[in-house]
Amino acid sequence: MTVASPNDFQDSLQPQGWLRYFSFSLDHKVIGIQYLVTGFLFYFIGGALAGVIRAELASPISDFVSRETYNEVLTLHGTVMIFLWIVPVVNGGFGNYLIPFYVGARDMAFPRLNAVAFWMIPPAGILLIGSYFITGAAQSGWTAYPPLSLTTPALGQVVWIVSVLLLGGSSIFGGINFIATVLKLRRPGLKLMQLPMYCWAMLGTSILVVLSTPVLAGTLLLLSFDIVAHTGFFNPALGGNVVVYQHLFWFYSHPAVYIMVLPAFGLVSEILPIHSRKPLFGYTTMVYSILAIVVLGLVVWAHHMFTSGTPPWMRLFFTIATSFIAVPTGIKFFNWLATLWGGKLALNSAMLFSCAFIVNFVFGGITGVALAQVPFDIHVHDTYFVVGHFHYIVYGGTVFVIFASIYHWYPKFTGRMLNEDLGRLHFLLTFVGFNLCFAPQHWLGLNGMPRRVAEYDPSFTTLNQISSVGALLMAISSLPFLYNVLVSAFKGQVAGDNPWNALTPEWLTSSPPPVENWIGAAPLVEHPYGYGVDEDALSVEAATGRDLWSGTGRR
Amino acid sequence: MPIPSSLVTLLVGMALVLSGLWVGYNVNLLPLAASANAPVYDSLFRVLFIIGTILFLGIVGLVVFSLVRFRRRAGDQTDGLAIEGNLPLELVWTAIPAIVVLFVGLYSYDIYQRMGGMSSLNDHSAMHQMPAMETMEASVTGAEGAPDPAARVWGGIGTGAGETNVLPVEVTAMQFAFIFHYPEGDITSGELHVPNGRPVELRMKANDVIHAFWVPQFRIKQDVIPGQPTVLTFTPTKAGSYPIICAELCGPYHGGMRSTVVVHEPDAYDTWLLKNSPVKATVASAPSTPTA
Repeated sequence: MTVASPNDFQDSLQPQGWLRYFSFSLDHKVIGIQYLVTGFLFYFIGGALAGVIRAELASPISDFVSRETYNEVLTLHGTVMIFLWIVPVVNGGFGNYLIPFYVGARDMAFPRLNAVAFWMIPPAGILLIGSYFITGAAQSGWTAYPPLSLTTPALGQVVWIVSVLLLGGSSIFGGINFIATVLKLRRPGLKLMQLPMYCWAMLGTSILVVLSTPVLAGTLLLLSFDIVAHTGFFNPALGGNVVVYQHLFWFYSHPAVYIMVLPAFGLVSEILPIHSRKPLFGYTTMVYSILAIVVLGLVVWAHHMFTSGTPPWMRLFFTIATSFIAVPTGIKFFNWLATLWGGKLALNSAMLFSCAFIVNFVFGGITGVALAQVPFDIHVHDTYFVVGHFHYIVYGGTVFVIFASIYHWYPKFTGRMLNEDLGRLHFLLTFVGFNLCFAPQHWLGLNGMPRRVAEYDPSFTTLNQISSVGALLMAISSLPFLYNVLVSAFKGQVAGDNPWNALTPEWLTSSPPPVENWIGAAPLVEHPYGYGVDEDALSVEAATGRDLWSGTGRR
Repeated sequence: MPIPSSLVTLLVGMALVLSGLWVGYNVNLLPLAASANAPVYDSLFRVLFIIGTILFLGIVGLVVFSLVRFRRRAGDQTDGLAIEGNLPLELVWTAIPAIVVLFVGLYSYDIYQRMGGMSSLNDHSAMHQMPAMETMEASVTGAEGAPDPAARVWGGIGTGAGETNVLPVEVTAMQFAFIFHYPEGDITSGELHVPNGRPVELRMKANDVIHAFWVPQFRIKQDVIPGQPTVLTFTPTKAGSYPIICAELCGPYHGGMRSTVVVHEPDAYDTWLLKNSPVKATVASAPSTPTA
């Protein structure tokens, strides 16, 4: 095996400057930014698709796009947002940028695999989006349940499978890389229980990725055999079983929820202590609760199938298992609240988005525990209640954290600050728009609106229009954000190396950091959350940077 | 940090519980309850709604309070207190959610039993109890040559299971309609007509893709799965017309796949039955094309 030696970066034919972001760069920071920017491009595509859905649902009849197009749009929206936006951004994007810093390494364990993992995404994304224009996109939803996925136009469905297989492969490569990096590339002297929480979140997430994504890949391969070669794995007409597909699909796709939210939990655990000027509360319990979520997350998948003709014992088991995920998750939320308590909270955009994440996710978590109860779920399964619930988890939860993280780490990425006024405007519009869009959907679901419909009972018109207005606000909210991000890169206030006075290792180098992360040795950060005043501690102004990051002078 | 146990905390907690109870009992988010199943569901919903409201208000209150009370004043560059954890406190907020979740789980299990969800755990299939159903089943299996579908019939919930005067209705779901066939009167209909107060057993099969049978006012839903018969029982309790909605994406016209369940008073149902029952010589099974 060859190891990327330091000189490779300087002496190779690799382009330097801005061109390196379009190259097969091995630098984890470049790859991280590549993931982030690509992810945001797909976010805006997925958002436009959501706009089509909300425009269609502004009236109770199917009048905006054709019914086939509507199903293509909802399939693409789900697939793009999950596989091309949230998973790559919170794992690949922030993971690649931050994990090597956090473990005190100069790069990821497998830099070339890392670059390969990223470069699988653009072709997969282009394939997926392009299928709409060339062959017609898949129409069976992001779940692609057979027999519907066997009877809708085959070419679009096959392209969808190829695209998701590529993205799943990318995700597995990334997961292997994160596990290896966190476990094997730690700076000498750095113990596991001294790692910043995001490392633990990524370790847990990557275990889930490596265990469950291959199951999805295998399932989709079988599905493609059914479509292309007319085998009968999932085709009841040929003796197949459609419910088996659902088990296999959700064996990946429920852990996928944790693949999307655990990294967000990790990111928010980094942001809150810094802007509260307090240590992360209950580090050890936070670590164990991540591991508990990983274990429980693998044994709850059938709660997506309570109406699928599953036997009663199965419903009972998965109800209890799912409910108990609330316990480790609850611990994390209480710990964050305790981190805020008694701190010196900076009410900046990063903090506002993080606190809104807590509020949104708690709401989504409460509806989640309700949905875990079989008798409750049987009424609202496959309705807008579920749509509202999971958008509170993935948008109100993870996407809010992504925005918080952009406001928090942008100075590190670029060396310049984002404009705070625009940031708060962005926050306000997003928060109001988001709640306006998704809160009414819970009522719609309880009262009889199923999901994935282009037309609905006219009595639901008003609430759907409110929801669409919320979606419009969310679309508008991205304008100040985009302007802020693009203009601040050139005209923003110069940030300095450590604008937040943070102790985690990525801040103990220049902004943006040099190619190998630090000039000289990587710092040994034994107390990544060593904020707060003890009686005998140094005051922050009086301490030198070395005092702060080496952990001397405290305890 | 000691566990806050001041009077203020107690009062805030009491206010939270009271407001949760008030919201749970005064805010109605659910549609009309029109089956024996629905009030049971609604009581579960209320309990979850109360617990959820208390939790949500409490946590939002804490966040907002922290953001206001602990905001960084202009010019303040100092840190907060270096509190890294508190084991007793963490044990408390591990134990309380665990107890709440356990209670919710057990309670919903009880609800599930009252809805009849666990019945087929003991007597493999509720249908074996009914000789009338046996014969009908035999005719169905005979036609298809399948081994023994009863062994694979998995039910949803149903309060009517095990009762004697069950009204059997065969449901066929297809793109994009439900067809209802009444073995009793040999009626085929695009709408479901049922008498008030009598348990109904829907024996459902799908012709093409997965559909789902949902009546929001009955609080029941069951997927209709090709290659695997499913059964759903309910007892309507309020006369009226309610929507039947397909809840599983089934193709372009999924949103239009709706029907109506008409709950008649028993007399009116008998009239409907008499009026619509065809001459005995007509075809025995459901037609293959939608007639609705």
